[in-house]
Amino acid sequence: MIGATTTDNGANGLVRLFLLVGLAVFALFPLVGSTFYVQLGTKVMVFAILAMSLNLLVGFTGLVSLGHAAFFGIAAYSVYFFTPGFTAASVWWTLPAAVGLAGLAALVIGALSLRTKGIFFLMVTLAFGQMVFFLFHDTPIGGSPDGVYVNAVPTFDALGIDLPELRDRYQLIEGGARAPFTLYYVTLACMLAVYAFLAVLLRSLFGHVIQGIRVNEHRMRALGYPVYGYKLASFVIAGLLGGLAGYLWAVQSLFVNPELAGWHMSAEILLMVILGGMGTIYGPILGALALEALRELAEIAIEYGVTASNAIGLTEMDPHRAATDYYLLVEGVVIIAIVIVLPRGLSGLIEDLAAYLRSGRRSAKSEAEQAT
Amino acid sequence: MSFDVFADPAIFLVQLLNATQQGLLLFLIASGLTLIFGIMGIINLAHGSFYMVGAYAAYAVAEATGSFWLALPIGVAAGIALGYVLERLLFRFFYERDHLYQVLLTFGLILIFEEVRGMMFGEDTHRALTPEALDFSIPLLGVQSYPAYRLAISVICLLVALGLYLLISRTRLGMMIRAGAYNREMVQALGINITFVYAAVFGLGTGLAALAGLLEAPVASVEPGISGRYLIISFVVVVIGGIGSVKGAFYGALLIGFVDTFAKVIVPEAAGMSVYLLMAAVLLWRPTGLFGRPA
Amino acid sequence: MTIATKLASAAIALAAISGTAMAQDTPIRIGVMLPYSGTFALLGQNITEAMELAMAERNNGGCNIEYIQLDSEADPSRGPENARRLIDRDLVDILVGPVHSGVAMGMVQVVRETGTPLIIPNAGVRQATAELCAPNIFRTSFSNWQPAYPSGTVAYDRGARTAVTLSWDYGAGHQATEAFAESFEAAGGEVVEQLFIPFPDTNFQPLLTQIAGIQPDAVFVFFAGGGAVQFVNDYDDAGLKETIPLYGSGFLTEGVLDAQGDAAEGLLTTLHYADGLDNPVDAHFREAFEAATGRESDVYAMQGYDTGQLIAQALEVVSCDVGDLDALSEAMASATIESPRGTFNMSSSHNPVQDIYLREARDGQNVVIDIAAPALEDPAPGCSM
Repeated sequence: MIGATTTDNGANGLVRLFLLVGLAVFALFPLVGSTFYVQLGTKVMVFAILAMSLNLLVGFTGLVSLGHAAFFGIAAYSVYFFTPGFTAASVWWTLPAAVGLAGLAALVIGALSLRTKGIFFLMVTLAFGQMVFFLFHDTPIGGSPDGVYVNAVPTFDALGIDLPELRDRYQLIEGGARAPFTLYYVTLACMLAVYAFLAVLLRSLFGHVIQGIRVNEHRMRALGYPVYGYKLASFVIAGLLGGLAGYLWAVQSLFVNPELAGWHMSAEILLMVILGGMGTIYGPILGALALEALRELAEIAIEYGVTASNAIGLTEMDPHRAATDYYLLVEGVVIIAIVIVLPRGLSGLIEDLAAYLRSGRRSAKSEAEQAT
Repeated sequence: MSFDVFADPAIFLVQLLNATQQGLLLFLIASGLTLIFGIMGIINLAHGSFYMVGAYAAYAVAEATGSFWLALPIGVAAGIALGYVLERLLFRFFYERDHLYQVLLTFGLILIFEEVRGMMFGEDTHRALTPEALDFSIPLLGVQSYPAYRLAISVICLLVALGLYLLISRTRLGMMIRAGAYNREMVQALGINITFVYAAVFGLGTGLAALAGLLEAPVASVEPGISGRYLIISFVVVVIGGIGSVKGAFYGALLIGFVDTFAKVIVPEAAGMSVYLLMAAVLLWRPTGLFGRPA
Repeated sequence: MTIATKLASAAIALAAISGTAMAQDTPIRIGVMLPYSGTFALLGQNITEAMELAMAERNNGGCNIEYIQLDSEADPSRGPENARRLIDRDLVDILVGPVHSGVAMGMVQVVRETGTPLIIPNAGVRQATAELCAPNIFRTSFSNWQPAYPSGTVAYDRGARTAVTLSWDYGAGHQATEAFAESFEAAGGEVVEQLFIPFPDTNFQPLLTQIAGIQPDAVFVFFAGGGAVQFVNDYDDAGLKETIPLYGSGFLTEGVLDAQGDAAEGLLTTLHYADGLDNPVDAHFREAFEAATGRESDVYAMQGYDTGQLIAQALEVVSCDVGDLDALSEAMASATIESPRGTFNMSSSHNPVQDIYLREARDGQNVVIDIAAPALEDPAPGCSM
């Protein structure tokens, strides 16, 4: 795994196995999941793409951006711009155009932001993100601060071949269950493509240079690399990939609003990156998945907790009501706990576990050897 | 777009007062932020929560005792104490960690503060009583008039700014703060009690934010979500002024006050964006802010 | 939802996927998507509890009812997802919500696809019962046009010939100030300036200075909650209250009079509800709500109460059979609600046809002084069902 701290091949084999199992779960999930969970799965994958794109900056280039949601928002709004009425446009030009707009914005914002470093860079990207937020929120460009509808799904027709509609028509479960398969698998394909792209990119010279910049920028400059150019290229690539996620989001929800570009969204993506672990390419996928699972689990945990404390007479609360009342508190505590306890995220945990298993096997083997 | 604001000198004058008052209040919040930034290298997204502490303290104490002036010391003390406790319990473990973790830590804190606020005060909208002695308007040039209390806010903020200037330029603590903002390692090497300086600066910063909340409580609603009211904009002030520079925060805050006030009446659609455009322009010109040290 | 029902709903979801028919005695599930945290939490609380009160008073329409609450956080980007969560995962039969217009847009879009009955207990976004109206979408509150429209006539009748409007720059603000301008100009007045301030900015000072410079005969505003508290106080502090009469959609002084204090005294607003309405339903409702919750009722609680009444009545008509969506919609569309605000029916676009009262703020109460517009119906431009 490029960027992983471990170079232990045996551990890598185990991690690879884990990833394959994960892929199989993603691929087979719509066969068992209900409509809601298939849609939730699509959303998780959209966020996984978004978090992977940010991880290119945070985890591999060493640039902590707090304005990454801007590119997500720009591409999502592009879908609205390109389908102003009720006439659907083709994916084949709207997708490149939306992603291109996000990339263009990343070029401009990156060119300016990268004049600064560290804490300044973080704040400057935050401010640029807010600028995009206000562009959609306050000016006529965004339509309305409440958000706007996308009235027609982009069509997915290629060379006259009749592909299934990108976003399957919604049907009531009673009326014959049909989960929204197409978009789910298109998103899955996109996620895998982004993963593969990043894997190749990070193995290339470019990948080695940006990772060198993360470790020691001065050294890379001394070696003669145009550091600014590399950082900008990385920033633009991240913006393009973030735009891909934004496009998919707009197609999935058909409703876009300024908050998609706001700093709360940026912080959430960062949270996914940290939660998943930024040393690996797949970490952010875990992060996106875990954050969504956390929401569901937090709710159940509060319900259990309150039920128990009611039982021993400590409190008198409706457990479900408490869950909706206090889950933000739990989310806050969990975020802080992760930052303190799991600085390398879930993928760090997996890598450690894999390394441990292998070293355990090795020591067991060596013990056996010693016994003979 | 409308430039009427310049047509009438009375309107223009009152808008200047509005801009100054907004800028000075922003300075109170941003000065603490820039100190905490500059000296400890901590990005504190939860800084706005101390503004909230001040605002709710003003409401609660004034409601209980009938005296706004009594709320001032209590609220500021609460802000300082909470800042001190958090520095000791949490932040000091994050000085050497990447900014990334600081961002997430303080993002988590925002959520917790907001929920605790809800448990303590509920979700109603409140307002602190305006001190009676200042509850009147001053007529200005014909049809315009200006609330006396808002003028008082500006005066108090200016006094605080002066006090801060004296503290930083004339006292031993100030010397350590200046040294810390300039070069943290050097201060440590000189054997200065950095633990004390950090706790003091953190308390000072959060106390100032609480003071801003207290002062504004009689003229702004005290309600859920106010911790975010000035959060991002005060970061912009810090970036424009230069990180760690209290002087920069002062001029940056005034600049933002003016840009925001006049944008609102000249180009209302772009008012939200105007301050960020200003920031982009400043950074193109000086990448470390107006009074920041060159990198 | 309890853990047991969560498991049960998962089981039902599985059963539905495998084609098993649902048992007949399954409780009717009402999904309630309202804010329980954040700025609008109190509104969500009042609506929910008043709705449950009304349902309980009518014995739940004789049906077995289960509520499934979900915090909408008033966050529009999660609106569609949360609506789908209730519809698909929790399999609710009826959806209630939200408070926030942006969230409403997302919910409306989802239920237009799924056909789930939606009852909006607050959000006034006009499109929901206009361009986007649908047989399964109802509202028990108001459209943003409704409470604002009569204000124009009120201001004109009281001698105003020029007016300035001011609101937050968002959908509700535009719809309300345009409604004011519509009736004010129809009466012969002129709106000389339409001012907007970004939502949810509350630094009103620069705009008040502009208003003082223009010196119109009247000012009409649309603000609610914390913004309303601040605006009314700032308007008074700026010395404008004595010289230029302030009018507003009733939300300006609704539930916030305590915080506004003397600054609100004497303000004239228009709304579909008021204090001092002389009707027994209102007296009963106020008493019952206070007894049940320990809080004073307000317009939001009243809307929640009517939401409960609407659901209970419709369930009685269809004898708890929520499978026939057409019958359920028909029952709601033809309902007559004995509301604390006065009896009302649904318009053809499923928005209440209701009296709009002229109220004056006196001693912490919005006392009714007149009916500003009797049986006012939103013309619902663009609605076709």
